[in-house]
Amino acid sequence: MNAERIKDDELSDEPVPVMQQLLDNPFLLLFLGIAMPTVLYIVWGVMEIVSLPIAK
Amino acid sequence: MSVNRMFRTCPSSGLVFHEPAEKLMRWNAVAAAVSLLIGGLLAIGVVLTRWQAVHLLPADRFYQFLTAHGLNMLVFWIIFFEIAVLYFASSTLLKARLATPGMAWAGFWLMVLGALVNNYSVFRGDSSVMFTSYAPMGAHPTFYLGLILFAVGALIACFVFFGTLMVAKAERTYHGSVPLVTFGAITAAIIAVFTIASGAIILIPTFLWSVGLVEHIDSLMYKTVWWAFGHSSQQINVAAHVAVWYAVAAIVFGAKPLSEKVSRGAFLLYILFLQLASAHHLLTDPGLTSHWKIFNTSYAMYLAVLASMVHGLTVPGAIEVAQRAKGYTHGLFEWLRKAPWGNPVFSSMFMSLIGFGFLGGISGVMMGTEQLNLIIHNTIYVPGHFHATVVVGTTLAFMGLTYFLIPVLFRREVAFPTLAKWQPYVFGLAMMGVSLFLMGAGTLGVPRRHWDIGFAGNAFGYEFPGAAWLMMALAGIAGLVAIVGGGMYLLITVWSVFLGKKITTPGFQHVRARDGIAPSPQPVAAAIAAHHPSAGAGGLVAPGTFALAMVFLVSFVLYYFINWKYLSTVWPLK
Repeated sequence: MNAERIKDDELSDEPVPVMQQLLDNPFLLLFLGIAMPTVLYIVWGVMEIVSLPIAK
Repeated sequence: MSVNRMFRTCPSSGLVFHEPAEKLMRWNAVAAAVSLLIGGLLAIGVVLTRWQAVHLLPADRFYQFLTAHGLNMLVFWIIFFEIAVLYFASSTLLKARLATPGMAWAGFWLMVLGALVNNYSVFRGDSSVMFTSYAPMGAHPTFYLGLILFAVGALIACFVFFGTLMVAKAERTYHGSVPLVTFGAITAAIIAVFTIASGAIILIPTFLWSVGLVEHIDSLMYKTVWWAFGHSSQQINVAAHVAVWYAVAAIVFGAKPLSEKVSRGAFLLYILFLQLASAHHLLTDPGLTSHWKIFNTSYAMYLAVLASMVHGLTVPGAIEVAQRAKGYTHGLFEWLRKAPWGNPVFSSMFMSLIGFGFLGGISGVMMGTEQLNLIIHNTIYVPGHFHATVVVGTTLAFMGLTYFLIPVLFRREVAFPTLAKWQPYVFGLAMMGVSLFLMGAGTLGVPRRHWDIGFAGNAFGYEFPGAAWLMMALAGIAGLVAIVGGGMYLLITVWSVFLGKKITTPGFQHVRARDGIAPSPQPVAAAIAAHHPSAGAGGLVAPGTFALAMVFLVSFVLYYFINWKYLSTVWPLK
């Protein structure tokens, strides 16, 4: 029983891996999931369109 | 405290339902079914018109039907159902009370109002602009207003979902990470927020343009931003139906993911890259550079495709491991032969997985390649592709989940069990036929949207090969069978929910959360919500799935090669 408790304590003290911290944070994921396509698809795409020369 | 904290534990599954969340799930599911009914009825007109020998509707009526069919199916049916899935994956799987039920109801009624306003606009007859509604082709202002109202409602629902995650964490209703199915739902909700924000960026100015407050909408700008909404809305489906696959594997088999780490990593790839695939709709448009096109499709999209292949491998792999543990170890495929093919929850899910991977996945990669896209761009190949992803993939998966939810959520027995056993096959196989035949016709150049491939009365006609006409006829026949399959689903679900035999639980009573909800550890609830060590470590634990994956890979490579070969014949370089 005692040994089990020690084991539990050890487990709770174990640092959570960085990747798991990322995956356990829905708001960080929300930020990434919005920032990535906003920059790579919308902003980049819109910049290309607005930089097109106007036909004369 | 006046907050409603009433919970119920399902005696058959052990799942815990928070009363307000349960009611919202039911209403969202019913609204989804109504949208499916409207979209399905309209499909009859679409199918019988594109079947050239019948050619039922005149041009104006055809485009009106096509517009309403697209919106009711691709937006209203799917998103109402997805909101139900989000509430299930947060409140039920985390055993948490739903955050701000009042806001959730406000979101629901906004969605209903938006869907009604949008349908009203299309049925008026002056908004037959189709799902894409490309500017400068203008619709009545209520068309855009309806979509905006619907999107705002869906956005509220997404934030209620995120709020429920916070409630669950604060009230410590779960330990460690959220269950994998909930993580899939988080992925869907994140993509939904981006999708809705993109819709707002483009639809609000377009609405202002339609009422005369904005002078001009640039067509390329519209297309670019609109597809961040239009295609990403279908990526919500992908994340949601993959979450449903994992749920069904746990529900039917008690299957544990081969590796939760790998599955969660694959969902992360969706969050980062899936939405960028929207660029494949613009691969033939001038004005955008090849750098933008190729990065977003060939580079980023392939990482999302990798994630889909991971899910396509791990879900059947998990089922195989669970089946082998039950003793189905003979040969490569005994686990699959002895699977419960008469259970519509399983058969729907498995056909969804196969159809999504083999038909939707492979064709999607082909379409996302800039050079190959030239062969099929804006042909009827594109509807062929998305009927494989959205209809065979998402709709069939949602149909399978419905058969599980009828007794668990609605507390009714599934009516017409024999019909329910056959329904996934009728709908799924017919819809796979529709997809294949449309893709075949598209490869022969049949246009995506032209009402009449005979070009009757046109000064510049074009004669399609006889095979194209045959493909369109076969797609028409398969489409009618699929509509029958959809009708079977609606008959079973509506009858079950409103007229089906009630499931009563002796001694049932609601329990306050603060008194402890104490769910009995039933197998289904435990299987969906628990965490598992990697089942796939230490050798080839799922050889049958590995063999299936090899078949998939060979099909993929062959089809990809064939299309490059075909490109070389239609676009000779001298």
